[in-house]
Amino acid sequence: MFNYLIRRLLYAIPILLGVMLISFVLSFVVQSPESRARMQLGQRATPKSVEAWLHQRGLDKPRFLNTAKDAPLLDSQFFNHLGKLVTFELGVSDVSGRDLKEVFREGALPSLLITLPAFFVGLALAVSLALYQVFVRHSLADSLGSILAVALMSVPAMVYIIFGQAVIALAFNYFPAFGFDLSGWGTAKFILLPVALMAVMGLGGDVRLFRAIFLEEIAQDYVRTAQAKGVSNARLLFVHVLKNGMIALITLIVAQLPLLVMGSLLVENFFGIPGLGNTLVLAIRQGDHATVFASVYLGAILYLAGLILTDICYALVDPRIRLS
Amino acid sequence: MNALFDNLWVQNALVLAGVAVWVALLIHGSRSERWRRAWLRLRKDRVGMISGGVIALYLGVGALESFQIPQPTGPSLSVLGWMTRGVPREKSYSAPLARTSLSVVKPEPLKGRHLLGTDALGNDTLVQTLRACRTALAIGGITSLIYIPLGTLLGILAGYYRRWVDDVIQYVYSTLASIPSILLLVSILMALGKGLGTMSIALGVTSWVGLCRLIRGETMRQSERPYVAAARALGQSHWKIVLHHLLPNVLHLVVINFVLGFSGLVLTEAILSYLGVGTPVGTPSWGSMIDGARSEFSREPLVWWNLTAATGALFGLVLSLNLFGDALRRAFDPKKA
Repeated sequence: MFNYLIRRLLYAIPILLGVMLISFVLSFVVQSPESRARMQLGQRATPKSVEAWLHQRGLDKPRFLNTAKDAPLLDSQFFNHLGKLVTFELGVSDVSGRDLKEVFREGALPSLLITLPAFFVGLALAVSLALYQVFVRHSLADSLGSILAVALMSVPAMVYIIFGQAVIALAFNYFPAFGFDLSGWGTAKFILLPVALMAVMGLGGDVRLFRAIFLEEIAQDYVRTAQAKGVSNARLLFVHVLKNGMIALITLIVAQLPLLVMGSLLVENFFGIPGLGNTLVLAIRQGDHATVFASVYLGAILYLAGLILTDICYALVDPRIRLS
Repeated sequence: MNALFDNLWVQNALVLAGVAVWVALLIHGSRSERWRRAWLRLRKDRVGMISGGVIALYLGVGALESFQIPQPTGPSLSVLGWMTRGVPREKSYSAPLARTSLSVVKPEPLKGRHLLGTDALGNDTLVQTLRACRTALAIGGITSLIYIPLGTLLGILAGYYRRWVDDVIQYVYSTLASIPSILLLVSILMALGKGLGTMSIALGVTSWVGLCRLIRGETMRQSERPYVAAARALGQSHWKIVLHHLLPNVLHLVVINFVLGFSGLVLTEAILSYLGVGTPVGTPSWGSMIDGARSEFSREPLVWWNLTAATGALFGLVLSLNLFGDALRRAFDPKKA
C-alpha cells in the first residue's frame, strides 16, 4: 500500500513540472517582461527604471540556462520561477499588487460555501434519478428521462443563471439576486439560489453518466445470482447494485472534490460572491496575467491531489490494487 | 496569425477542407460493412434522423452566411445578408413586432417590423441570430480540423507502439488534462490574442486529450485481435497496419466523438465570450448575445428577446448534436445502447 502510494505521488511530479513549463512559456508569450515593466511603471517608465524593475524581479536573467561565466547554471528566470512555485510563493497580482496566496486563501471559503453543498445536493439528486431510470429501464419514463437529461445538458450555464436570477430572485423577490456576507445564518439566504442553480446545471450530464454506470452493473453475474435466489427487484437495485455501483461513483466523486476550492466562475460572478471563481473572472477581464497563471498552477495541484485521492480510494475498496 | 484566420475566405477554405474530409470519410465508410449496417440502423432511428435534419438546416444557414456576393457599391454582402437586405436598421432596442422603439421617454416610430425585435444597435435580432450560426459552426469546424487528426493519430500510435511512445503521449496529455480546461483556454487566448482562429487553436489544444484517450484504449483492444497479428505475419509495415487496419476500425468512434464534442465546443464559445476572451467585437455570436443579456435583464422594460433568440438557436443546435451523436452510437454499437 505504502509503495503504491509513493509511486502515485512520484508520478505527479513530472506532470507538475510540465504544468510549470506550460505556464512559464505562455506567460512569456503573453507579454514580454519589458512590456510588463512598462505597463506597471506607467508614465514614469524610463529605460533606467524599466531595467531596475526587471532587475528587482530577476527578469533580466536568461530565460532557461544561465551560461554566463561565473554564474550558477540554473540561476535563470525559469528555474527561479520553479523554485518559487515549489515553495508556493505565487507572487503578487498584476492589478492590485496583493499577495496571491492571500487572495486565494480569502476566496476559498466563499467558494466552498457554494460548491460543496451544490456538489452534494446535485450528486444525491443525480444518483436518485439515475437509479429511478434504471429501475424503470426501457420504459417510456426512462426514455423521457434520457431525453430530458440531454436537454438539460444543452442549455448553456449562463442561461440557467440569468433565468434563475431574473425569474426567482427579481420577479418573485424570493432571494437576494446579488451579494454576500459571512454572518452565520445570514449567509444562507445569499447562497441558496446559487447552490440550487449549480446543482441543476450539472444534473443532466451526471444523470446520464450514472445511469450508464448502473446499467453496466445490472448486466453483471451477481445480479443474476441474486435474482435467482429470489431477491426482490427493489432490494436488488437499491442494495446490491447501488453498493457496487458506488465503487465506480466514489472514485469519480473524489477526483472532483479538491477542485471545488476553485469555485465556479460563472455562478460566483453573476451572484457577486467573493470567491476564487469571481476573483478569476475579474482577473481575466482585467488582463491580470499573474493571477491567471498562478491559478493554472493551483488548479493543476488540486487536480493531481484529486487523482491521488482517487488512487487511495481505489486501493481502499479493492484489495487487489493494495497488494500489487 | 489572427489576421490570417479572421479572413473570411481562409475560414471558408478551411470549412471546405473539412467538408472534403467528411465526404472522403463517407465514401470510404460506404465501402465498409460496419458503416453500411450502421447507416441502415440509423435510417430507422427517428430521433437520429430528425436531429440530423436539424443539424443540416443549421449547416445550410451557416453556408449562406459564408459566401460573399460582391456589390457594385460598398462592401460585399454574404448571401444571407443579401437575402435580408430589405430589413431596415433601427436606432436602438425595439420589442418583437413593435411599431415604436423601446423607450419610456420618447418612443420613435420604426422603419419596419421585426419578428424578434432589435438589439442595442438596432440590428434585427433574427438576422443576427442566423448570422451567428456561421460563427458557431466555423469555430466547431476549424477546431475539429485541428484536434481530430491530432487526437486520432496520437491515440493510435500510443495504443499500437506502446512502450516509450505511449509513455510520452500519455505524459503530454496528462499534463494538459491536469490544468482545468477553462483556465488553459483563457491562458492560451491571453497569449495568442482574441480571434476566431486563436479560439479554435486554443479549443483544439484542450479538446484532443479526450479523443486521444478513447482511441488509445480502443487501439489497444484492437491490437490484440487476430487481424492485426495476421497483418503482421504477412509482413506488412507498421504504417500500413496503422493506416489500413487500425484506423478504419476506430474511425466510427472518432465520428461519434466529433458529433458529441461539437456541442461542447459551441457551449464553450458562449462561456469564453462571457469572460471577455471570446469572439472579437463585431462578429455575431450567440455567446456575446447571451452575454449582453446580463445588462438587458435589469432594464425596465425588460429586454428578453435577444437572450431568448440566442439561447433558442444554441439549444437547438446543441440538443440536435447530442441526440444525433447518441443515435450514431446506437447505430454503430447496438448492443450497448
